[in-house]
Amino acid sequence: MLRIFLVALAALSTVAPALAHPHVWVTMRTELVYAPDGRITGIRHAWSFDDMFSTFAVQGLESKEKGKFTREELAPLAKVNVESLKEFDYFTYASADGTKVALTDPTADYWLDYNDQVLTLNFTLPLKTPVKAKELKIEIYDPTIFVDFSFDKQNPARLVGAPKCKLDMQLPREMTFAEGKKLSEIPADEKNTTMAWGAQFANKLLVHCP
Amino acid sequence: MTQVPRPRLTHCVLLVACLLVSVTAIHVAFAQPFGAARGATSPEVGGFAGWILAKQAEFYRTLSGLIRAAKADGSAAYTLLGVSFLYGIFHAAGPGHGKAVISSYLVANDETWRRGIVLSFASAMLQAFTAVLIVGIAAAVLGATAKAMGNTVRVIEIVSYALIMLIGLRLLWVKGRAFLRLLRGEQHAHHAHDHGHLHHAHDHHHGHDHHHHHHDHDHHSHDDGHDHHHNHAHSQDHDHEDDASAWGHAHAPEPRELTGKHWLRRGLAAIIAVGLRPCSGAIIVLVFALAQGLFWIGVASTFAMGLGTAITVAAIATLAVGARGLADRFAKARPGAGMLLLRGLETAAALVIVFFGAALLTGYIVSERLMGV
Repeated sequence: MLRIFLVALAALSTVAPALAHPHVWVTMRTELVYAPDGRITGIRHAWSFDDMFSTFAVQGLESKEKGKFTREELAPLAKVNVESLKEFDYFTYASADGTKVALTDPTADYWLDYNDQVLTLNFTLPLKTPVKAKELKIEIYDPTIFVDFSFDKQNPARLVGAPKCKLDMQLPREMTFAEGKKLSEIPADEKNTTMAWGAQFANKLLVHCP
Repeated sequence: MTQVPRPRLTHCVLLVACLLVSVTAIHVAFAQPFGAARGATSPEVGGFAGWILAKQAEFYRTLSGLIRAAKADGSAAYTLLGVSFLYGIFHAAGPGHGKAVISSYLVANDETWRRGIVLSFASAMLQAFTAVLIVGIAAAVLGATAKAMGNTVRVIEIVSYALIMLIGLRLLWVKGRAFLRLLRGEQHAHHAHDHGHLHHAHDHHHGHDHHHHHHDHDHHSHDDGHDHHHNHAHSQDHDHEDDASAWGHAHAPEPRELTGKHWLRRGLAAIIAVGLRPCSGAIIVLVFALAQGLFWIGVASTFAMGLGTAITVAAIATLAVGARGLADRFAKARPGAGMLLLRGLETAAALVIVFFGAALLTGYIVSERLMGV
């Protein structure tokens, strides 16, 4: 009897640890920063929150001019933001030639700004040890889908100081009917790498260097 | 009861089946294949669950524009209410513990579908009300920050999750013991003993006015019988040959059942446990509306969301009650094993509630985040 209960409890514990809905939308502009020796040193993010969440986040904050916030006035909020992002690994996952790359906490020069009722968080995530990789992959997403990430249309991502490397992006977007049909026509034994509804949530940056 | 090996095996199979039901219920409640460890792979959300997520996101994203539009044009307010209502429907269809707890509660307590609908609506309305109250007092009156509101929600969360766990534990205590007793086949020998014990648990919950009824068995009205049938009628029905009377409660519910107050008092804990924690979306919408100087538009939108949520939760709760009804019918056809299955089902449902309470309380499941990102 006890054993059956234990088995059941073990089964329960495999249940996914996350349960959420998107309530925050982030539009990203991301820069991958390279050192002169060709090693990537850090990831520089600029995340703009949607209008409702931006309004919510600045609710009750003191400001000299009503409806406007300076970088200094937003500094305490920026600190809260960055500190609470740590728990979620800054939603940023990197790998170099297939090996996971460790990122450290953001450098101290992070800040928030508030323009046209949109709050933008700027921060840089340094690599623990800068790496040189033929193929670098950066993914930005929230596994719990509480935060929905997408790249900015005009300036999604760029390389800083890596003249010989090429940046590819897998931009998340919704599948069209034709694409859905095409996807269903891919034979079951053939691996589908480019078309998936899940790409809606995965924002992949791929950097190829010689 | 003859103690031949075969019934034992049947019992074990039934027990495992019941536990499987509870595990499946939890998996269904999650509705997302989020099993992957964080950072391992990106989540692949597809099919129906993906469609629901996409839809509710789509509705939610139009809310801010509609609130702004309502400022200049009154008719946009109606569109806003419509979209809020649809958002509520789709939002509640996504992952969430509310449906799972209410459905399990209904299954464990053998409540009617009408009661399920009342519980669903009451908890959804309470949820809308708490959101309005928090933003109304904290943001509109006190000028509190988002962080302060988040902290308030976190306190409410702990109370709500603890209450869920308590409800589950109480049900587990009552239903689980009835189940174990049935499993051990002690029913015959210790009938009087059982009876007293179960009543004790019952009285404890409902207050002393029940004493009167249970000493006064002859005067049981239909309602009263219904209200505590699962605590005494069921425990007895094995001893009496007339299963029919023991199953009397399985008939279609009558409107006057709703006038009985005991179930509502009992259900109040479930309503509060599920409805206390406001939806983060509602809080964000309310704060946004407040910033536009349209707080009351936000309040209307929140209640429209609540109405949509109530409809989805009520639909799922009705399904759960329907499934329980099927199990009842199956059990009726097979007096011995059937009863065991039912008691097992109730125990499993109680286990589901305990699991959700514990997982939410320990932060193993994050129902919703309202935080400082």
